[in-house]
Amino acid sequence: MIRAKVYVTLKKGVLDPQGETVRGALETLGFAGVKDVRVGKFMVVTLNGVSREEASKRVEQMCKKLLANPVIEDYRFELEEG
Amino acid sequence: MRFGIIVFPGSNCELDCQWVVERVLGQQADLIWHKEKELKDYDCLILPGGFAHGDYLRTGAIARFSPVMKAVERHAEDGGLILGICNGFQVLCEAGLLPGALLRNTSLAFICRHVHVRVENTATPFTTACRPGQVLRVPINHNEGRYYVDPATLRQLNEKGQVILRYATTGGEITDGANPNGSLDNIAGVCNEGRNVLGLMPHPERAAETLLGSTSGLLLFESIVRSGRAASPMSR
Repeated sequence: MIRAKVYVTLKKGVLDPQGETVRGALETLGFAGVKDVRVGKFMVVTLNGVSREEASKRVEQMCKKLLANPVIEDYRFELEEG
Repeated sequence: MRFGIIVFPGSNCELDCQWVVERVLGQQADLIWHKEKELKDYDCLILPGGFAHGDYLRTGAIARFSPVMKAVERHAEDGGLILGICNGFQVLCEAGLLPGALLRNTSLAFICRHVHVRVENTATPFTTACRPGQVLRVPINHNEGRYYVDPATLRQLNEKGQVILRYATTGGEITDGANPNGSLDNIAGVCNEGRNVLGLMPHPERAAETLLGSTSGLLLFESIVRSGRAASPMSR
């Protein structure tokens, strides 16, 4: 079994009002020095019966096709076995 | 003229669209379930508002892979008309039939109110019944309506006259104050290069009868019917 941990984030330069709101809340709570907060998505995709190499290929395609929108988002992922 | 209205699980404006097309305009409008793979010979497809597939992952991200979408793409390639309203606009962007994407409003709020939009290009099948620069009063009803596109594509959109509607003041001025959701350049509606696919965040179908407080949305539907007549005067 292979678990892919997929991180999808808004591209640099794309305004993130949600992140900005969280940053403001942190400031209100007294956390000093928070320059910026970006909110993204974290997904865990579990694959069965595929090699690590094949899993990497497939998750890459999943990200390109569905999990991230290249117009606004970047993605990266890590694979974990077992 | 024959309209086909695509219904996804979670769509919720399909009956409003059907009402306007059939009762107000006297044209035919079929509802089409998203599992359909073949479409009849429709002149115009409408992708209505709502929350297709729950808007899970991203607005329109799952709907874009509904079985019907292959036929919708063929319809676009063949030059057929497609109107995407609100969630329908988001689906068309995800499908790559329109450039850009719709992001969360900068106002941190779901917005449901009437706004004013200025018609930027009347040389499209969707806007021939409008005057250049005409200001329409139409409702918006969305959480993710902030239009975004990369700078290079934005330049192209402007050069090729693909920006069709911009949020404006009642007097037609394009100002930050008139921009309800933080859309780039106040963009409320764009079309493709072929000008046969239009997406817009406002709901023209909810501004098509005097009873509802505005009839300016009807102009878009009347334009479509007019363009259908011009394309094939004998059959329609």
